[in-house]
Order: sequence, then structure tokens, then C-alpha cells
Amino acid sequence: MKKKLAFAAALLAASVLGGMANAKTLVYCSEASPANFDPGTTTGGNDFDASSRTVYSRLVEFKHGGTEVEPGLADKWEISDDGLVYTFHLHPGVKFQTTDFFKPTRDLNADDVVFSFDRQFNKANPWNGDKYLPNLTWDYYTGMDMPKYVAKWEKVDDLTVKLTLTEPNAPMLANLGMDFASIVSKEYADQLEKSGKMADFSTKPIGTGPFQFVDYQLDSVIRYAANPDYFKGKEKIDDLVFAITPDATARIQKVLAGECDIAPYPNPADIGTIKANQDVTLMDQAGLNIGYMSYNTTIPPLDKPEVRHALNQAIDRESLIKSLFQDAGATPAENLIPPTMWSWNKDVKSDAYDPEAAKKVLAAAGLTEIQLWASDRVRPYNPNFQRAAELIQADWAKVGVKAEIVNYEWTKYRSEGKKKDRPGAFQIGWTGDNGDPDNFFATLFACSAIGVSNYSSWCDKDFEDLIQKAKKTSDQAERTKLYEQAQVVFQKQAPAFLLAHSQVYAVVRKNVSGFMMDPLGIHRFDGVDKAE
Amino acid sequence: MLKYILHRIALLIPTLVGITICAFAFVRLLPGDPILAMAGEHGVAPARYEELKEQFGYNLPIWQQYARYVGEVATGDFGVSISSKRPVMEEFKILFPATMELSFFAMIFAMVLGIPAGIFAAVKRGSWFDQSLMGTALVGYSMPIFWWGLLLIIFFSGYLGWTPVSGRIGLQFFFKPITGFMTIDTLLYGKWDAFRSALSHLVLPAIVLGTIPLAVIARQTRSAMLEVLGEDYVRTARAKGLSPSRVVGLHALRNALIPVVTTIGLQIGTLLAGAILTETIFAWPGIGKWMVDSIFKRDYVVVQSGLLLIALIVMAVNLIVDVLYAVINPRIRAA
Repeated sequence: MKKKLAFAAALLAASVLGGMANAKTLVYCSEASPANFDPGTTTGGNDFDASSRTVYSRLVEFKHGGTEVEPGLADKWEISDDGLVYTFHLHPGVKFQTTDFFKPTRDLNADDVVFSFDRQFNKANPWNGDKYLPNLTWDYYTGMDMPKYVAKWEKVDDLTVKLTLTEPNAPMLANLGMDFASIVSKEYADQLEKSGKMADFSTKPIGTGPFQFVDYQLDSVIRYAANPDYFKGKEKIDDLVFAITPDATARIQKVLAGECDIAPYPNPADIGTIKANQDVTLMDQAGLNIGYMSYNTTIPPLDKPEVRHALNQAIDRESLIKSLFQDAGATPAENLIPPTMWSWNKDVKSDAYDPEAAKKVLAAAGLTEIQLWASDRVRPYNPNFQRAAELIQADWAKVGVKAEIVNYEWTKYRSEGKKKDRPGAFQIGWTGDNGDPDNFFATLFACSAIGVSNYSSWCDKDFEDLIQKAKKTSDQAERTKLYEQAQVVFQKQAPAFLLAHSQVYAVVRKNVSGFMMDPLGIHRFDGVDKAE
Repeated sequence: MLKYILHRIALLIPTLVGITICAFAFVRLLPGDPILAMAGEHGVAPARYEELKEQFGYNLPIWQQYARYVGEVATGDFGVSISSKRPVMEEFKILFPATMELSFFAMIFAMVLGIPAGIFAAVKRGSWFDQSLMGTALVGYSMPIFWWGLLLIIFFSGYLGWTPVSGRIGLQFFFKPITGFMTIDTLLYGKWDAFRSALSHLVLPAIVLGTIPLAVIARQTRSAMLEVLGEDYVRTARAKGLSPSRVVGLHALRNALIPVVTTIGLQIGTLLAGAILTETIFAWPGIGKWMVDSIFKRDYVVVQSGLLLIALIVMAVNLIVDVLYAVINPRIRAA
């Protein structure tokens, strides 16, 4: 009997140990807790890393490590000649994840796609409002102007979906690769609605993505397992763990100690230490972002382009960037869009440092005082608004312009700053959503964005015509030309001082392969492998 | 005694009302609002902003918002988080045990080191040990938690590799919480290695969180002890020829501990305040980190209800301390 027991124990131990040795676990030290796991309802990059990029897939996807759109759940699609009708053909036999809280009885079909979008705007859909979760705002769906452009979603047959637009909108395709456009399971939603547990939809996600949700310990650990039915093939790692670690220094210490395999956003001050370490690699990429400073182009003398150019020329941009970004580095911005984005115009150069020339123009224009706005928040495109303001203030003082620094807390800062009659120069920036140039040009400088996100209150007819035409054109080569011209107009008119595109970093242990920096600022774990 | 307790409870009511007002006002006095914080970089179109304000009820006059909040809290409804959309009470119940556990171990650390150190310093009054201990205590008391935590992580976890950097337990251990206390749950499951892992994760955060209480307790013990050592009965005990260790350990210590016990009870406030920073550095999933996140998100509901819940706990602990004190010291009851 004793022998038998000992044998059983040994067997058990062997199986447990064996199980541990076989399971490949990748640990990601994420920077914050996700608000929830329904990407339609959240807005943070950390929310999306934990939900849409792990659990879900979309009709179209962004190329891994790039901004080009490629097939996702839709194998192919057609766009009608007038640019109004998009027909998507779904990949056959895509399975939703099977977990201990949901067993799908059918494959993904057009109903799921229609439902995924319908719930975000149709007030009659029970998942649109309080019945699902209190105070839903669907920020990204409205933020990307989807209600304005989408006329209807229709099921043609099980594997064909038709999207009709109200007017041509070329960036739509890129929008459908964004996180809010993740495809959810209608069958799962129906089950939860019937059992009266609708809120579970946001805490126990079911999708068609590379990893399936296992468990979330609030503010601490999220666990996923590779989805065995993933339509692009099972992932090489078996388990994916997010260890939520908000402090940047602790995060880096964890990678160095081997407690996690990948960590994002190191402190600039730690970059040197990381580079010197043998066990880890520091990965970087020019971020899909821009730091800039908007002049209110409606208030004299800032309404004159030559005055705005002169203010730009007075700033020693190189020293400014060095002092702000330090070891982390940043690419000086020549255009509003970063060089990693298609249609970036290589012939356009921003104003060179020339305080003497600036001094003359500014004296002639009679500009002696200006407001210079700064906020308290660290942004990827500007780590220190206040420091930047002080340096620019010093530069401007040298050309006879006295800058008064205006400070506000971040949300108040933006709500005050976007007012049409806000005076002076306003430091701000942008991180791209979908890799489409429209997402920079139109979002930040379209006439319709005045009072929302056009902090320069700038409405230039030439620029507006170009970007609106580009928005309505489906052909990418033609769009590229239009955007290139728009960048020339932008440089001539100088509605803003362009600072830089910052670098984005991640620290990765040497035995991890296949992890790529993503220009969209997301963290993806499909295709990642780990050597023991 | 019952009358005394009832009296103490009655005194809590105005405090409670004051706290609801403070919690409610505090988050609204901060610049910025939850709708803008939620919208992120995109901003919100003015029309949509007004619409959302109405949806959340932030367009109502402030007193109406307050009345609604108090009405809900009075019926035990602490609201639903604006950002996660989950009931505040549900999140609190999950996170609070983590803070309790950390605070408990921090307190153990502070008492185990603080009381003996205080006694020794009092006995050897004026010696180099006393001088340096009181100096160290002052340093400890003024220690910036954030800096101290990172320093310990870099040295013990990074350089020496003795302790884990952060978190509550090794990631290989995965089980459904029973009590929410990691050290208890691991024992209930009978997993010794998991228990050891939980303990090793507690070492650094407990030291960091316990540093300030340690300094306070050491100083308090020393001064209470000095006072007692000057009393007549101690002189009598000495005169009787009792050994110095008996005099100090038995006669003096028991009397000196009364104010120390009170101090320890009152440290609960310090611990909860310190937990905010400690938890953020050590990725400890407790209510301190939760509050910080919610303040950044301008999650009015979580901040006002969370503050109220924390205040309720502090008040309850203080009440218990008051009552215990009355039990130990009958003179208090009459007052």
C-alpha cells in the first residue's frame, strides 16, 4: 500500500513538473490595469493591449510592426467605384474561443460583425446602454466620426457583410482595423442577455484572437492561454501573463531580474543602464506621434504667417529636443506626420534656427508679449511641457518677445486651450490611432476641428481642399500626392511650431523572439516565442 | 461602559457627515472632469460633452448631486465606477484584503523592532545607542516612501537578487482567492512554496510601509519608558533588589505600553496613507493604488466612495482603540 502511494505521489509530482516544463509562459509587465475587457467601451492603450490585441480580431488588421492594412477576419473586400459601399468576405470556419464560461455552437458569421458595430450606435440595441453597463459613452466610435459616415451595416449571407457610407471616406478601412472595431460574439452576448449577466461581457471576454482569457485578479495579474482554434494557427507560447506594474523603475527591475520577459515605457533616465545589460535588448521605434505648439492664427499679429515663421525660427529646436528627451532621443519633426507614415513629404523642411532674421520680423510686427501654455502631464510626445515652455521662453526673450507661461491641469488645459479665442502659443501633441494621414491632418487641422482639436483655430482653404479630397479618394497613390501637397501648404502657412516625434521603447529579454515594436503604440504577442 | 460606547458612536455621526462632504467636494475641487479624462487625446465635441454631462448627472446643481450621493450611500449603494463600470463595493472587497495584509505585516515589522529598540534606548538613555537610534528614527520618520521603496528594490531585488521586485506572489501560483489574504489562502490550499513566495513578496513593501510607524513606535516607547522609569514604584522595585531586567521587563514595560498601544492604533491612518505610495511602487493590488488610479481618471464615484469607506475603517479602528483604552484605564470612562 505504502509503495503504491509513493508511486502515485511520484507520478503526480512528475506530471506536475512535466506540465510546468512543457508550458511556455510569456510574462508581460504592463503599465496599468485595464478598465475592462470590452474594447468598444475603453480608450487607453493598456486597455487595448489587454483586450483587443490579445482576445479579439477585426475585419482588417494592421501589418505587424507597420501601419498598412491587411486582411483579418475578412479575407478580401471590394469598394464600390463611388467609394460608398464596402463588401467584406469573411474567412470561413473561424471559431470563437471555448472557455469554461462559454462554449460556442457555431462559427463566426456576418451576424457577429453587424452586432459588433450595431451595439455601438443603435440606441435600440440592448447592449448600447445602461442595461449592459452604466454610463457607456462609446468614445472611440464617436471620436472617429463613425456615426457621421456609416449609413448601415448589412448581412448579405453568412460570410458576406456590406457596409454603406453616407459619403466617401477613405480612412474608413483603417478605422476598421482599430481596437474599437474588434468583432465580438453575438451568440455569447445573447446567452448573457438571457441569463441576466450582461456585465460579464466586459469582464470575461470571448473573441477570435490569438489568446483566450483565463483569469483577471483585479489590479494585479491577467492570465491568457493560447487559443487552440486560432484561425491563423495556434501561438508558440502556451500561456501569456500580464503582471501589472505601474512604476517604471520597478518594471525595468522586473525584466532585469527575469520576473518578466517584456516591459514597455522605461524611464529615460534608465535607458543607459538597460543598454549596458547583457540579458535584455532595448527596442525602439519612432512613435506615431507629434509634439507641436499651436499658434492661434486668428489673433493679430499671429494671423500673419511670417510672424509665426519668425517665432519658429527663434527657437533653438535642437537644444530643446536634447534637453527634453535626453537619452531617450526624438526625431526632429519636419512635417506633421512622422517619417514612418506613408505620404510623408521628404522635401519639406521645417524652419531653421535663425534668431537674427526672426528678431527683425518680430520687431516689425510689433510682437513683444505672448502667452505660452504648459501643462503638468507627461506625454509621449513631450515629457515636460513646463521645461519646454521655460526653454522657449528664454529663446524668445533673446529676440525681444516676452513670454508669459500659462499653466493648467491637463484636462482643464485642453478644454481652455481649444477655445477659439485662446491667445498665444499652446503646446500639445498627438498619437495616431490608425496610421492613416487623415488621422493627423484632418483631426488636428481641419476647419471642422476648430473648437475641438484644432488648437490653432486655423482654417486654410488650400489645405482644407487637399485633405478633404484625399479623404474621399480611395486610390492610395493619389491620396499620397494630395497629402504631400498639403504638407507643403502647412509648412508655408506654419500654423504651429513642430517639435519632434518621440521614440517609443520596450525592454525585452534576450531569449524572447518575434516581439516587434508597433508604430501604433500597441503591444502584440502573436508571433512571439521564448527560448527556455 | 455601554453609555460610554454609545456616546462615542454618537460623536462619530457629525464626523461621518463631514467626511461625505469632504470626499464629495475634494474630487470636484480638482481641476479637470471625468468626461474629458475619459475622452483621452481626442477631446469631445461640445454638443457631445453636454450630452454626456447630462447622462452622468453632472449638469445638476451641486447640492442635488450631493443629496443624491448621500441618499445612495445611506442605502448602502456606493455607486458604480465611471471607468471600469463595476460596483465600487465589489472592487473594494477584492482590493481591501491586500491592503490589510500589507498593513498587518508592516505593523508587525514596526512593533517587533520598534518596541525593543525604544526600551533599550530608554534604559541606556544618553548612550551612543540612544543617540543614534533617535537620530535614525527621525530619519525614518521623514523618509520619502517613494524614494525609499525604489532604493530597496534596486539594492535587494536588483543588485542582490534576494527578494522579488514587486507583486503579491510568484506568477506560477494561480488559484482562486478564498479570504483574499495571500498568506492565509496559500495555507488553506496547503501550498507551502506558494506561502513562502507570498511571504517573500511581503518583505520589502512591509519594510517600506512600516518604516514611519517603526520610527513613531520607537520614539513613543522610549519616552513612555523614560517616564515610567522615573516613577516611585520602579524605584521601590529596584530598592527591593529586583534584577534590572525584571524591573524593566515586568514592572516598567507593562505600564509604559499603555500609550504605545494607543499610538499603534492611531498608526492605521499613517498606514493607509503610506499604502498609496507603497502599493504603487510595489504593484500591490490594494486600495491605495486603486485610489491613485481613480484620482488620475477623475473617477468621482470611486474617489468619493473609496474615501468614505477608508474613513469608515479608520473611524471603526479608532473607536475600538478608544473602547479598549477605556477597558484598560477606567479613569477615561468617567471623562
